[in-house]
Amino acid sequence: MEESNIRLPDPRRLIVSSSPHLHHPDQIRRIMLTVIAALLPACLVGVYVFGWRALWVLGLSSLSCLAVEFFCCRLRGVESTIGDGSALLTGILVGMCLPASAPWWLCLLGGLLAIGLGKQIYGGLAYNPFNPALVARVGLAISFPSLMAGAAWVRPQPGRFTAAVQAVTTPTPLDHWKTNAVAGTDYLDYFLGNMPGCIGETSAAALLLGGLVLLVLGYIRWQVPVGFIGTVTLFALVSWLLAPGQYPPPQFHVLTGGLMLGAWFMATDMVTSPITRQGALIFGVGCGLITAVIRLWGGYPEGVAFSILFMNALTPLIDRYSLRKPFGAEGQPLHKDSGPDSGLLSK
Amino acid sequence: MTDDVLAQPIRFHGGVHPSDGKDLSSGSEIRTAPLLERYVVPLQQHIGAPPKLLVAKKDEVRKGQLLAEPGGFVSAAIHSPTSGVVSQVGECLSPTGVFVPAVEIGSDGEDNPDDSLPPIEDWRECDPAKLLERVRAAGIVGMGGAAFPTHVKLSPPPNRKIDTLLLNGVECEPYLTADHRLMLEEPDAILDGAAALARVLGVRTVVLGIEENKPDAVALLRERAAGRDIEVVSLRVRYPQGAEKQLIYAATGRKVPAGGLPMDVGCVVQNVGTCRAVAAAVLGGVPLIERVVTVTGQPVVSPGNWRARVGTSLRDLLALAGGVKSDPAKIIAGGPMMGFSVYSLDLPISKSSSGILLLAPEQLFQYTSEPCINCGACVDVCPMKILPGPLSVQIENECFDDAENWRVMDCIECGCCAYACPANRPLVQHFKRAKMEIMARRR
Repeated sequence: MEESNIRLPDPRRLIVSSSPHLHHPDQIRRIMLTVIAALLPACLVGVYVFGWRALWVLGLSSLSCLAVEFFCCRLRGVESTIGDGSALLTGILVGMCLPASAPWWLCLLGGLLAIGLGKQIYGGLAYNPFNPALVARVGLAISFPSLMAGAAWVRPQPGRFTAAVQAVTTPTPLDHWKTNAVAGTDYLDYFLGNMPGCIGETSAAALLLGGLVLLVLGYIRWQVPVGFIGTVTLFALVSWLLAPGQYPPPQFHVLTGGLMLGAWFMATDMVTSPITRQGALIFGVGCGLITAVIRLWGGYPEGVAFSILFMNALTPLIDRYSLRKPFGAEGQPLHKDSGPDSGLLSK
Repeated sequence: MTDDVLAQPIRFHGGVHPSDGKDLSSGSEIRTAPLLERYVVPLQQHIGAPPKLLVAKKDEVRKGQLLAEPGGFVSAAIHSPTSGVVSQVGECLSPTGVFVPAVEIGSDGEDNPDDSLPPIEDWRECDPAKLLERVRAAGIVGMGGAAFPTHVKLSPPPNRKIDTLLLNGVECEPYLTADHRLMLEEPDAILDGAAALARVLGVRTVVLGIEENKPDAVALLRERAAGRDIEVVSLRVRYPQGAEKQLIYAATGRKVPAGGLPMDVGCVVQNVGTCRAVAAAVLGGVPLIERVVTVTGQPVVSPGNWRARVGTSLRDLLALAGGVKSDPAKIIAGGPMMGFSVYSLDLPISKSSSGILLLAPEQLFQYTSEPCINCGACVDVCPMKILPGPLSVQIENECFDDAENWRVMDCIECGCCAYACPANRPLVQHFKRAKMEIMARRR
């Protein structure tokens, strides 16, 4: 019955592999590039508010991160991973965490801290326990306080694009409240981004837009930003209700500082946040708790970066204690403890 | 436990929805493959003990004659697909790549039937034990893919009360349309088979689950089942809805305990193709020697559904489908989510071969496994609610005790995790390996 004109496959050219044989289009690279795209509105507002100098800082930080990633991979003798987009994402986040007045070397040092100390030293993407951009942010803030706070904040000049840094400096709303015990009330400005601060953290509106896009695409979990912002709101609300003269209202806390950037883009970093949704909620609430405590009663005006790094350190522990029961095992005892050498912890 | 059918099906946890590619073959009527010159019948087509061979080389056999009898309770009989001579007793390739014992039947072109299994005319009234014996004698196994001997599922221990028979017409694997066409073309045979199975089990509640991407089958089966006490449930499309535990939960709300069986919650699940085979065995006296196979994929000249006898080679089936118009990169026995990629066209069709899928090079997904980035995509899609990502790291580090504690044995190998993983980790491969290692240690 086999006719000679019927073409049959050549078995020697067949590929054999384990199932499944289909794959969702999502890849690490695609996720990273999407997150970068979601950050663009906030970056654009930063450039609009602080001028071309902000673009220079963002670009320099990104270049620095890419270069450090490239050279670290060379040093480690592994294939370069700059193509996966994660180094570029870290670079943009580092830039967004810097003031527009940051000198060139601070941007380069930020890249070195983020990628070198925050990521590659652990073995690259997926092995870093801390968010690399925040390692840079906190490292620089502690090492160079005068360049990362206080006189570093330039007065916003929306739409007046100048290459030079505005000489007039002004405290951020959180700084102002911390030192003078008087909170500003220009909520619309805070929401849109017309306030002093880091390049990427000023516009709550732009960050919210990007964050919601990621939420809809399923690249972040609502438990983290909702837990984070919700907890900060709750603390701010209670303290404000108890002592309205002493504490600013919750909208002040939500709209100022790095809360939006941190809650939507830093705390949601996949590698350094818990793997289950239950764990993500614990993580978000923990971030909110520490941020609120530092802001309301701590010595620093802002606590977002510290809170996320602290919760990053707790992530393996949260992962371990937020294990879910398999389908049909609801009534059965939970996983036996695997001991300190469990694969998850030794990851 | 008395409300056997839910008013609204429940959505099971997790799952994915790949583009299904069913259009290629769902409109094509089942065509019957012509009689071939030879068939290579594998003797191990089911889960369980190997059967005992009853024939020797050069023996003459008739169509439907017993070639091998069950080698234990969990085993299945094998029958000759046509009449002729046993031309060879040896081995053949199985989809997993392992060689299994097989016999080759050289056809005499007569197709003379063997009459050792007469039709059971009084099947609606007779002793149910007679029906059960027929299911066993006809070598019927689960035709949805697992190939578990059906008579075993129909013989629950006395302490397990079965109250619901679930018929699986879900066909959630992308590309496969064999069950869909069977439901459209032989609805009454399926329902008769289901009625016979219900008599064996002594159950009154029979539920047929079909995914709503087959509205024509839902409508037709509803119409035919009207006077029969069989309820047809339309389920929201989501892979792996056809997995036993997920189907039971979606249709009845019952959760099979982890490590347990459907009978632990009073259910027995049977594929619609199995029902059709039961009808053929009981009403027609024909053992299980043929099945419907979907032959599909972009490279296939004429994708469609074929009624092919057990022992038909992939080579013959592909030739029937007109061959290929371009070279495929992969040939898969089964569906794309759980099927096995094969490397030879000399693989014979078995009782559980639901489809042959050819993937073109551009559809191929070739990957480099990257480290787990903890994104949790696998955690969200896992229908068994285990933690695939962390488990795969444990297995990579060969921490099999940890993997067992973290419930790798609950994995149903549906492939949702690996489908969703943006780091392209071969998660299912890891879990299959861990299960084998753990089973080997238990022995």
